[in-house]
Amino acid sequence: MQLLRIKAVLFMLALVPLARLFWLGLNDDLTANPVEFIERSTGTWALVFLLTALAMTPLRLISGIAWPVQLRRMAGLFMFFYACLHFLIYLWLDHWFDWHEIVTDIMEHPYVLVGFSAFLLSIPLALTSSNAMMRRLGWRWRQLHAMVYLIAVLGVLHFLWLVKKDIRGPLAYALVLALLLSVRLWFRFFRRVDLRRG
Amino acid sequence: MRIARKPDIPSSEITPREVFENRRHFLKAAGFSVVAGTFSGLLSADALAASERRRISDLSKTDYGRDEKLTSYKDITTYNNFYEFGTDKGDPVVHAKLFKPRPWTVSIEGEVRQPRQISIEDIFKLAPLEERIYRMRCVEGWSMVIPWVGFPLSKLIRLAEPTGNARFVEFVSLADPAQMAGVRIPVLDWPYTEGLRMDEAMHPLTIMAVGLYGEVLPNQNGAPMRLVVPWKYGFKGAKSIVSIRFTEKMPVTTWMRAAPHEYGFYANVNPEVSHPRWSQSSERRIGGGLLSPRIKTQLFNGYAEEVGQLYAGMDLRKHF
Repeated sequence: MQLLRIKAVLFMLALVPLARLFWLGLNDDLTANPVEFIERSTGTWALVFLLTALAMTPLRLISGIAWPVQLRRMAGLFMFFYACLHFLIYLWLDHWFDWHEIVTDIMEHPYVLVGFSAFLLSIPLALTSSNAMMRRLGWRWRQLHAMVYLIAVLGVLHFLWLVKKDIRGPLAYALVLALLLSVRLWFRFFRRVDLRRG
Repeated sequence: MRIARKPDIPSSEITPREVFENRRHFLKAAGFSVVAGTFSGLLSADALAASERRRISDLSKTDYGRDEKLTSYKDITTYNNFYEFGTDKGDPVVHAKLFKPRPWTVSIEGEVRQPRQISIEDIFKLAPLEERIYRMRCVEGWSMVIPWVGFPLSKLIRLAEPTGNARFVEFVSLADPAQMAGVRIPVLDWPYTEGLRMDEAMHPLTIMAVGLYGEVLPNQNGAPMRLVVPWKYGFKGAKSIVSIRFTEKMPVTTWMRAAPHEYGFYANVNPEVSHPRWSQSSERRIGGGLLSPRIKTQLFNGYAEEVGQLYAGMDLRKHF
């Protein structure tokens, strides 16, 4: 019951970035380049939710508190939600479904290709996120969902390569990701904790 | 690079707004009925706080870009790439507020008959100011239409009297960590430098801008004086220029140093030559809102007729 309440609150909180975009849009306050602004904003939030999802296990390993792990799926799905918005804005408002230009853009520019790959790889994870799918896939579910690490690396790389010169922003995300991954590795190899059981 | 800076103006010497606004009346009353130079209106405003908007009194309109729809003042002055004031495009409008574009001296150096320092006031007296409405295409794939106020750079070059060895002109921007927060961070190799080939610099389309929308150039747009070369990507337009150096060899610009295979010396707008990060075939015109589609980018930003001959016989893929 308690957990359900927490989940409800977090669900509402996770929609705040979207609500903010609507609010700014209504007030004509999306900067001089609104398309770029909402493209960046949704992309940033996808990364934030991805790192949030990845933070739950390290949190448990360090603090011993286990219940946040149950919020992981929601964080992951919100990552997918914002990534979908991000991709949709790219296709629609940025390129107006000019397929020729979109394909060229993806093939010619490494940062677009990397981001696009991360998005494609996250689709199967979102589709198999239900309890039913988890049961159905059994041990293969775990293997499939290990892809989240690859997605996270690609996502951060996408951000890093997109920035012209001042890479402090993306580096912060890279640092957080590295930290989260090293906590896992530390516990796995030095403390011999089986991460799957907890 | 050192620039002589006078101490800040004591507040007792700042012209009160009412006096400034009635300056013509005031000058007449004081018996100064003849005011030399075309820039008198601006000069008397120098002591005012930089963040105030000030009209430039004498400027002639030209036909350049008459048919273009202007980008709004708000967009032009709140969406700027001016890394000396921060790398976010919303930074300059905030961080340049306290910047002091007066007093200002520009140093003329290098291959010239006589190196010297010229005050910004003297530079403004060089030529009548004109409005030039130019398209501005940023290398990042967005563009604006800006009503600059300025004068042809050629006038300044003639005054500088370059020697026969001068084949290039280098522009150096101010890099003052006390006033420019961005300079304290080594994102770029400060000071910011840019350059032009002599014939590009002498071209009638190349201007030094000192204003926009009929007003004194706001700090975040490169006050007191910045370069505008409309057929090149926006980053060629060095802002807050403190030194103009004539050289025999092609200068290495800041962006060339930062990423040599991304930014070349010429940086001519060219939809055919794509940047490793951005396709240059189209652009988004700022001001169209969320639902504005991209427009096709034109060779030399649509100024091919005027400037195409400068690059006759050159491989524009190689000399990007």
